[in-house]
Amino acid sequence: MLSIRNLHASVEDKAILKGLDLEVKAGEVHAIMGPNGSGKSTLGNVLAGRESYEVTEGEVLLDGKDLLDLAPEDRAREGVFLAFQYPVEIPGVSNINFLKTALNEIREYKGLPPMEARDFLNRVKEKQKLVEFDAKLANRSLNEGFSGGEKKRNEIFQLAMLDPKLAILDETDSGLDIDALRIVARGVNQLRSKDNAFIVITHYQRLLEYIVPDFVHVLYNGRIVRSGTKELALELEEKGYDWIKETVDAEGAV
Amino acid sequence: MITQVSDSLYTQLVKTYEGNLPTSEPHSLDEIRRQAFDRFKSQGFPTVKREDWKYTNVQPLVGRGYAFEAEPAALDEATIEAAAIPGLDAYRVVLVDGIYRADLSTAKDVPGLSVMPITEAFERLCFAKYFSEYADKTDNPFVALNTALFTQGLFIEVGKNQQLDKPIHIIHVAVTDRPLFTQVRNLYVMSTFAEAEIIESFVTQTGADHNLNNVVSELVVRENAKLQHYYLQLGSAQSHYLTHTEIYQEKHSLYNHYNCTFPGATFVRNNINVRLGDSEVESHLYGVTLTAENQFVDNHTIVDHLKPHCESYEWYKNITQDTSTAVFNGKIFVRQDAQKTNAFQQNNNMLIGEKSAVYTKPQLEIFADDVKCSHGCTIGQFDNEALFYLRARGISEAQARVLLVHAFAFDVTSRFANTTVRAYVEHLVEKGLKVG
Repeated sequence: MLSIRNLHASVEDKAILKGLDLEVKAGEVHAIMGPNGSGKSTLGNVLAGRESYEVTEGEVLLDGKDLLDLAPEDRAREGVFLAFQYPVEIPGVSNINFLKTALNEIREYKGLPPMEARDFLNRVKEKQKLVEFDAKLANRSLNEGFSGGEKKRNEIFQLAMLDPKLAILDETDSGLDIDALRIVARGVNQLRSKDNAFIVITHYQRLLEYIVPDFVHVLYNGRIVRSGTKELALELEEKGYDWIKETVDAEGAV
Repeated sequence: MITQVSDSLYTQLVKTYEGNLPTSEPHSLDEIRRQAFDRFKSQGFPTVKREDWKYTNVQPLVGRGYAFEAEPAALDEATIEAAAIPGLDAYRVVLVDGIYRADLSTAKDVPGLSVMPITEAFERLCFAKYFSEYADKTDNPFVALNTALFTQGLFIEVGKNQQLDKPIHIIHVAVTDRPLFTQVRNLYVMSTFAEAEIIESFVTQTGADHNLNNVVSELVVRENAKLQHYYLQLGSAQSHYLTHTEIYQEKHSLYNHYNCTFPGATFVRNNINVRLGDSEVESHLYGVTLTAENQFVDNHTIVDHLKPHCESYEWYKNITQDTSTAVFNGKIFVRQDAQKTNAFQQNNNMLIGEKSAVYTKPQLEIFADDVKCSHGCTIGQFDNEALFYLRARGISEAQARVLLVHAFAFDVTSRFANTTVRAYVEHLVEKGLKVG
């Protein structure tokens, strides 16, 4: 589904990603771990198309289509969804109106007619339940006055509503207490299917106890330096990121 | 002191009307006109040296010649249709180049409602009582000029205890086929316990020539009366407006003004002054201004707390595109007598056009010592984080901008008492936004 080859990206002329390769197939969940500053969030933002990130080399294909050529909205319409690490508060834009606009623009892109009001409301109800998102929050202004946990749950609610092919969760676990974490993870697990894929970016192994990944990759210094199964996350948890840094730096020195 | 930079309209006016002012029964009005004309002559048109006109240069407008009387120009029915507010059932009143058109008015035979050309109201008791009583106390030379020379405009009286079942929709149409200077004078009186909604649309017929409209409206909201008052400025580039709206409120009255300006009219200067003349009065002033191209829109407001235990709430939002300019000047007086006043003012500006400009000035003058007053002002641009967030969900950049402007205007539009007008205004904001 997603194929990233030799991706280089920089922010304000500072190289962050330095040749990243990643293959994600439908139905898979990939975890990206790594120390602070390794480029985890950059990867999410580059995939979603944030303009302050400049891709200097490499390619990203989503089902064969060159993602890097597309505007952020077209990437979303092609099925990329970034759950933000810091969701933005937009007072005056109602959550529901926002979702309806987004959903219908995505449908229009696919040549589908706008969703009937009743179908839309049914979908809202169904997905709210699925990700345990409070109906009162859904009717408020987008993220306005939401707690950190509520914002993250809203991201998952949006994910459920828009049903993307590829979802990237950018440190969705940060700032969540254990109960909120469980709810978010349960939501994600409900949404997993053979047709979609997830990239879970996280600093801690904790989230992966709830969202069990098929593969774990360790990002360090802008590249994936280790790949493995979920046991790799446990090993990391035990030995710490210094272990990666030391072994990788040692390899580099050889 | 007369300091005219360019005085062709001034010269023309003096030449035409000196010793030749409009006259009518009762003759008490003639004296008022004479005095007003003298005031105008001594002041002349304002220059940018006057603080109240610092950013508002009227010289290009008054430096040219105009006709003073409208020729009967052909009004296109489509112009009126276009000014109708979708879904709004209202009593319609039409003024063409300032002249009341009885044939187009549907505000007839409504119990408790009197609507007529102002010239027919001169004999009325409340005309004698309120005409020029408040507006002419200000130092706005355009008011003096209007008082001296107006021959047209509208008189509305909503009778005691009358609650109108439908809003009154006044459509001001500029139609003229030659450069025209109109002077429209309105007096609206809300009797005790009356309740009404007045919506005024300002529009320009396609093909109209250059027009400058000096509109002075005096409103009296008597004890326990309630008035919702909307301005929808929809004129096009040929139209220029100087409006002065003077509101006097009596005890327990409520006055809400919603002032909306959209891309079109080249020059708009609104003076909106609310005098809270007795205790327990409530006033709300809301404004949303969306400008484009080379437009200039200036809103000068005064909220004048004269008596104790009153509440005022003012919120103006400006959104400027292209090379347009918006001015906001909000003055709040809290007089010595006005203890326990609660006054709030907020002005937020969103500059979209890189070469657009906003001049904003809150002014509070407080002479009482037991009051609660607050004011705030912000200037900003599109929030790029918010734009990206919306786009990352599949919303086009153009639509994202529309959503963000709606969101910006929301604090104001959400306060509209009339949901039909609100939907209309939101639609006009969307239409007026240059997207992409």
